[in-house]
Amino acid sequence: MKPRNSSEPIMAQEALGTLHSAGFSRRNFLKGSGMLVVSFSMAGLPVKLRAAASALVEPLDVPLGQVDSWIAIAQDESVTAYSGKCEFGQGFRTVQYQLIADELYVPLDRITLILCDTDLTPDQGITSGSQSHPTEFGLNGLRQALATAREKLFQMAAAQFAVSVDELTVQDGVISVTSQPSRNLTYGQLIGGQQFNIPVNHTARPKDPRQYTVLGTPLPRYEIPAKVTGQFEFVQMVRQPGMLHGKVVRPPTVGAKVLSVDESSVQNLPGNVRVIVKKDFVGVVADKEFQARNAVGALVVRWSPGVGLPNQADLYDYMRQQASRDSYTVLSDDVDQKFEQAAHVVAATYLYPFQMHGSLGSSCAVADVQGSGPSGKAMIWSASQGVYPQRNSVALVLGIPKENIRVLFVEGSGCYGLNGADTVCFDAALLSQAVGKPVRVQLTRKDEMTSGESFGPAYVVDLRAALDDQNRITAWDYEGWTLDKGNRPNATAPGNIITGALVGFPTPPLVPGPGEPPTSYRNNGNAGSSYGAGCVNGICGGTGTISSERVLTHTIGSPFFTGPLRSPARLQNTFANESFIDEVAAFVKDDPVQFRLRYLGDARLIDALNAAAKDANWDTRPSPKPGNPRTGIVSGRGVSCVLYEGNNGYCALVAEVEVDQVTGKITVTRLVASQDSGPVSNPDGLRNQMEGGALQGMSRALREEITWDPQKVTSLDWVSYPVLRFGEPVPVVETALINRVDKPQTGAGECTITLVAAAIANAVFDATGARLRQVPFTPERVLSALNASGSFLTTTPSEQSR
Amino acid sequence: MDIRVNGTTYTVDVDPSTPLLFVLSGELQLNGPKFGCGLAQCGACTVLVDGQPIRSCVRPVSAVAGHEVTTIEGLGTLENPHPIQTAFIEEQAAQCGYCISGIMLYGKTFIDSHPNATEEEILRALDTRLLCRCYAQVRMVRALVRYAEGVRA
Repeated sequence: MKPRNSSEPIMAQEALGTLHSAGFSRRNFLKGSGMLVVSFSMAGLPVKLRAAASALVEPLDVPLGQVDSWIAIAQDESVTAYSGKCEFGQGFRTVQYQLIADELYVPLDRITLILCDTDLTPDQGITSGSQSHPTEFGLNGLRQALATAREKLFQMAAAQFAVSVDELTVQDGVISVTSQPSRNLTYGQLIGGQQFNIPVNHTARPKDPRQYTVLGTPLPRYEIPAKVTGQFEFVQMVRQPGMLHGKVVRPPTVGAKVLSVDESSVQNLPGNVRVIVKKDFVGVVADKEFQARNAVGALVVRWSPGVGLPNQADLYDYMRQQASRDSYTVLSDDVDQKFEQAAHVVAATYLYPFQMHGSLGSSCAVADVQGSGPSGKAMIWSASQGVYPQRNSVALVLGIPKENIRVLFVEGSGCYGLNGADTVCFDAALLSQAVGKPVRVQLTRKDEMTSGESFGPAYVVDLRAALDDQNRITAWDYEGWTLDKGNRPNATAPGNIITGALVGFPTPPLVPGPGEPPTSYRNNGNAGSSYGAGCVNGICGGTGTISSERVLTHTIGSPFFTGPLRSPARLQNTFANESFIDEVAAFVKDDPVQFRLRYLGDARLIDALNAAAKDANWDTRPSPKPGNPRTGIVSGRGVSCVLYEGNNGYCALVAEVEVDQVTGKITVTRLVASQDSGPVSNPDGLRNQMEGGALQGMSRALREEITWDPQKVTSLDWVSYPVLRFGEPVPVVETALINRVDKPQTGAGECTITLVAAAIANAVFDATGARLRQVPFTPERVLSALNASGSFLTTTPSEQSR
Repeated sequence: MDIRVNGTTYTVDVDPSTPLLFVLSGELQLNGPKFGCGLAQCGACTVLVDGQPIRSCVRPVSAVAGHEVTTIEGLGTLENPHPIQTAFIEEQAAQCGYCISGIMLYGKTFIDSHPNATEEEILRALDTRLLCRCYAQVRMVRALVRYAEGVRA
């Protein structure tokens, strides 16, 4: 029952066990200045660990460009690596272990990996956007530092043996002269306990992925045994000596301000209750969590009325009417001309609601803040996706220099983006600063859902395609509207998230303005479809062949805080684009896969699409499926594909569904996903991500929609925000991995989820002839689509007006 | 008051209306049961009381006096995991794993009393306000089926 030390990294089990039995604590070790080496007695430690500890050199600013920021080798041959790409259950920690083992030619059990700690690890920004895989294998990531280190070790060995590096071989961290294996030196002998003192060399040559022996294998995840035996310490379980418990009182309506707080309302409650008010931030601290919860329930706060919210039923019209900040992804000169010349125009509008991350565990942080001003200090245990941005923004909230703040990442409940992990750090830090003791805050479910996290924004997308008299698409016109407020906190804008705003930091307003023509093609939000050539200034960066394209996005101010939610913008846009290409295929009575292939130019996306179709045993024919009755339960299949973010992972998905035409219920029976993320780093980990993405995508497509009344968010628990539950029927999920050892690593975790809504909508159309253009696909909406006449809108060019 | 958890009796000094979860997590410093919603809607706080799964986030600690509470720590250890834990490890049946207490304990209880249950029957039995927001369902179902095979053998 002894509390475990949360700042200890996940280590190889053997190392962890030895450290524990030796009473070793990394935090004790680093305590005080947080600087370098060893402020504890190493006398009791085994030799191996003494060396490991002395290798844990801590550079001040952890510069990205220095090898020592990434790797330390001890005399006992143990390897400690540092990374700013964190683990959220996606399995990337395990991939990083594989990378270190492969690139350095060392056994896994010699490696300790330390993740995301502002005192120890390089600043790699945010762990998000499916960037871990490309970044860590890229020029500025862990792999390049490892390659540089290996190169240096070879040079050192070559000098010792007076041979050239080409005459050397390495195995298990031992470099030997190839022709005389008895002449050898270990890494520990070469550099153990010393710094490399060299910059990362961008020309150091990493191992060829074809030579990988650890990467590419289904190495089991490091954390799973500890998680299933209840040994794993999430940020929700961080316990500090003398720690108190805090809870917050959020405004009951959006934009409400504190008028008064009646502290006497809690003065007789047990637990040494303290009330903290800072502008519109209200919180309580008590000895125990239950006492804090009771106090926050009893505290009487008078609030001003809220600012009022747009009518939810009119949201999508409202979005079109607001002043917007506009941006073009692509703007061909001849779009209007192509539409004027068109034999047919197909047009449709797609609607996507506000959705939330809805992490299973509500967000939590522990903060230990001592003082304020230049001499103040703070330590924060956090599940933030960006420990450095969190440190830099909480510095402003606390009025403490960022150099005096340490943010340590501790894994939390899966976040899927900007959930409440950052704002709860502010909550805990503010309360801890007020009481001078460590304070843990875990948000309530309602706090998390209504005023903790930053929502994924709604979208309206109008799409038009011009067709010539041969039914070929000649132009593609996208016009979308979305909303924005805040986003991730940073060194200049703590007001980007709710707690920062409550204590008075401004939320930078959205500034309306016209969009300039793009200077290069960058399809980061996937507003541009897969079928556009993406030609800007004569250079074409898209995956398709339609050269006449206009893609214009309007962003308006949001009534709610917004932020990245797994596949942000890309999911909403891909729902629209991949539904629409299907509508055009149906209009020209072509098979959905074949029709897509006619407009795809990118070989890898074509391969991904073909792989999913092949594994699904795709039934090649136009949709809707002929012969399906208009009563009872009918089945159909649909497809979608995308190059995620325009450059970060190729994937396709086939969905098979059954639709009950009486109740409107959709049952997804099978999902077949393909993915090409460059070299497959861990096939089982990738499949786990694809499977989870497929089902999470189902939940978002079929169930999820944030609701609100004129004053406040009304989705406040798992009843009022329904999601796919455990125990409901699970479709067969099949995954096809395309292993490209000759290509760079790309994103992996957000590809499949991006495709699910469109694939399901297309399958429902195939089954029923009814087109779903609004997420979520509730039974009511399915019935309404079944009753609607005409599955899509077509107009002649003369009726078009823009 | 005294409570018995994972085979050991503890004396805790708490308000008897304190939810069991806060006692397990706060006083006994257990990491298995977790706060997810506080509303008995997700299952992250699940523990067994006399072998039956309950939501510890809404059950006052006073209600378990004289009863045997088991958390997932009480099933098995890292070195010697319970067969259901082994099944989840072998199937790599988790992403973040925050939900795991509910899935494993409800699954185990049902399968132990229905060792011949089919996959569909297991799923139907677990359709009881349990959530995995990473949606590692595909693997979790495989792990439960694997555990059931072991129970039958």
